[in-house]
Amino acid sequence: MLAFLVKRLAEAVGVMLAVALIAFTIFRFVGDPVELMLNEQASQQQRDELRERLGLNRSVPEQYLAFVANAARGDFGISYRNQQDVFPLIAERFPATFELVIVATVLSLLIGLPLGVYTAVHRKSFLAQALQFLSVLGVSLPSFAVGILLILVFSVTLGWLPAFGRGEVVKLGGWSTGLLTKSGLTALILPAVTLSFFQVTLVMRLVRAEMLEVMRADFIRFARARGLSEPAVQFRHALRNCLMPVITVTGLQIGNLIAFALVTETVFQWPGMGLLFVQAVSFVDIPVMAGYLMVVSAVFVAVNTLVDMTYALVDPRLRVDTVGGGHGR
Amino acid sequence: MSMKRNLLAAVAALSMLAGASAEAKTLKWGAGREIASLDPYSFGETFTLSVLNHVYEGLVRYTGELKIEPALAERWETVSPTVWRFHLRKGVKFHNGNAFTADDVIASLERVTHPTSPLKGNLPAYKSATKVDDFTVDIEVNGPYPLLLNDLTNIYILDKEWMVANDALLPTDSGKGVENYATRNTNGTGPFKIESRRADAQTVFVVNKDWWDKPVHNIDRIEFTPITSSATRVAAMLSGEIDFTNLAPLQDLPRLTASPDVKVLQSNELRTVYMVFNMKDKLVESDVTDKNPFKNKRVRQALYQAIDADAVQKRVMRGLSRTTGSLVAPAIPGYVPDLDKRPPFDLDGAKKLLAEAGYPNGFSFLMNCNNDSLVNEEELCQAVASMWSRAGLKPNLSIAPRAQQTPKRVKGEFDVITFGWATEPMIDTYSLLVQVLHSKSGSAGVFNWGGWGDPRIDELTDKGGVELDPKKRIPMMTEALKIAKDEIIFIPMHQQPMAWAIRSGSVDVMVQSPDNKPRLWLAKVK
Repeated sequence: MLAFLVKRLAEAVGVMLAVALIAFTIFRFVGDPVELMLNEQASQQQRDELRERLGLNRSVPEQYLAFVANAARGDFGISYRNQQDVFPLIAERFPATFELVIVATVLSLLIGLPLGVYTAVHRKSFLAQALQFLSVLGVSLPSFAVGILLILVFSVTLGWLPAFGRGEVVKLGGWSTGLLTKSGLTALILPAVTLSFFQVTLVMRLVRAEMLEVMRADFIRFARARGLSEPAVQFRHALRNCLMPVITVTGLQIGNLIAFALVTETVFQWPGMGLLFVQAVSFVDIPVMAGYLMVVSAVFVAVNTLVDMTYALVDPRLRVDTVGGGHGR
Repeated sequence: MSMKRNLLAAVAALSMLAGASAEAKTLKWGAGREIASLDPYSFGETFTLSVLNHVYEGLVRYTGELKIEPALAERWETVSPTVWRFHLRKGVKFHNGNAFTADDVIASLERVTHPTSPLKGNLPAYKSATKVDDFTVDIEVNGPYPLLLNDLTNIYILDKEWMVANDALLPTDSGKGVENYATRNTNGTGPFKIESRRADAQTVFVVNKDWWDKPVHNIDRIEFTPITSSATRVAAMLSGEIDFTNLAPLQDLPRLTASPDVKVLQSNELRTVYMVFNMKDKLVESDVTDKNPFKNKRVRQALYQAIDADAVQKRVMRGLSRTTGSLVAPAIPGYVPDLDKRPPFDLDGAKKLLAEAGYPNGFSFLMNCNNDSLVNEEELCQAVASMWSRAGLKPNLSIAPRAQQTPKRVKGEFDVITFGWATEPMIDTYSLLVQVLHSKSGSAGVFNWGGWGDPRIDELTDKGGVELDPKKRIPMMTEALKIAKDEIIFIPMHQQPMAWAIRSGSVDVMVQSPDNKPRLWLAKVK
């Protein structure tokens, strides 16, 4: 296990360096921060001085190496726009994104699992067909459209739920949570539903496919032959054997959800990392963009490692140290 | 278990707060974006400064009609052409109770003009400041400079003692990655204090009961929430979750107007939009390679007359812009109504002028536009390009975000660009003349990206820049504008629309100034 972890750690560092390199190559095309940092009255000399001070005149490899050297010391610089240390700036917004993603994940399992089982068992029923059709819609609707639609229905027309923000939050040490106040919980509903929309259909289709396969297996026939009730067969025997891939995909999707949250956060003015990143892009705030990409890739790597470890714990056959980084499902 | 008790206590405290604020007169402000920081010297952005003006004040300030009036300075006079003496208001207190004196003014001026200060450009003429006594300060400028007061409206005064105690005497420095206590904490003299701030979520302002000025407003509490997504902002306005927005999206105005609870405040801002030419020896991307057709005044005249300004106003700007022939808005000193006349739209005349100039079949050129900078800029560009095509020209459109287009513009890699100028923060024609129309030399002509200009304009600008008597100075500015108009240096298009919205059930008075800055100390809530 230890060797496995050390190997994963080395891989993680490699991934982060690669992400930073790609990021710095892309930043050249994002634009010029100096024009946005100084107002109309600044002189040419002031513009040149600022560009020099920010090190924007240096070559990309130089800027990249400087960034890596500083990042290794835990220094990501300060935001061009907010003039604050980047790392605390992102850390401050991490809880909002994390809570949103976790709640969306739980929602997608709570809704997706039963729907998946139902559509697998009652394949021919009208409702199952309708759900199948809707799931195609769910996959193809962009999340900003879903978000705006939900706002129109539940905030403007019905006036039940807030259209934006996170409500009241409670500070627990360095963590801010909206799960303990009524306004925080109501504010969470629409963004979480929006974010989980795609995820629900994914879980449902996955469970359905796995269930159809398992239901044909011999042990299900034996279970039925033993005279067990149909729900017991479906949920205790069949579903249990479907859960492994579902857990894997859900775990791996957490990274994607953090990336997807960017759109949802913008629509609902959810004060998370994605919103910070979107604003950083429009102001060419290079330190914040770089910091965000580092944090998100770190989360990706961590989640992947956790999923691998869970696998290794659950399935003894995988404990041989030949596990690669990729997951070909 | 104590954890749980703490939680319960926190929840109880929160609900008490909520109860208390329900009694107070609250204005819920949904803004178009978040302010950069709480430090007024950290990011040279008009919007951030206008929000922070509720907490911090300058020596002078603008009224709702954009006239300069005393604020932290009671009066002033010029001791010599380059020295201004300011007599400070006595008895003013900072939010933490410290007294406001000359030391605070000097420390603030030194901080804002420090080499690393992001706002250094806002006080270009500053040389030094000296304390005469506790309530008198002399500010020396580099040369005779008539616009010091205009600049000072945006230079807010911080408390020296507070800066010293919190090690914030120096501004932030993005280059070295130095941050600052003032980025997250405030201590001003203004009508409101900051009670709490959660970036991107909510910043709460509460009334400063010890404000030196007699309040016109009756607001106890402002809840400032940025809502970047326009659709969401409109929804929040319709659902009553916000009472006021300083950025009502133009495409949604009909919907907002249709709601009985919402009132739209629509007018025109100071920013004037022009079509601007590359006037260097050759065009960047054209089938005319031996010379620059735009140097021929007839060609510029043809392009001007080929634009159907009424159609642009009605269709692209939804009838909300103010078509103009002038390079500055009516509210700006230097404007006279005569400048506002446009040559009539005349497509045949334009074709004739092009033929006379030697381009009967037109010519191609590169048009560089942003899609995230001016109001409806993309549609504006497409409309003007198609009008020019009708006159036989061949414009090639390049549309991209401002952050990508600006570097190309600065390098002069364009033939025509859309360009907007608001004369902020000085609100005077001089700003346009010295920054844009003046030929590039020394600190002048920073935005002269296309090598345009006229020696007569340079001369008038230089003379006006050191003329302290407004009666002499402003006619000089007007004359320079007239030369620019006669020579068709730019093609003026319009003053941009601006739109705010309020909930009529909760907001009583809202003063909308042409500089598009909310001044909530002039507002009243119900």
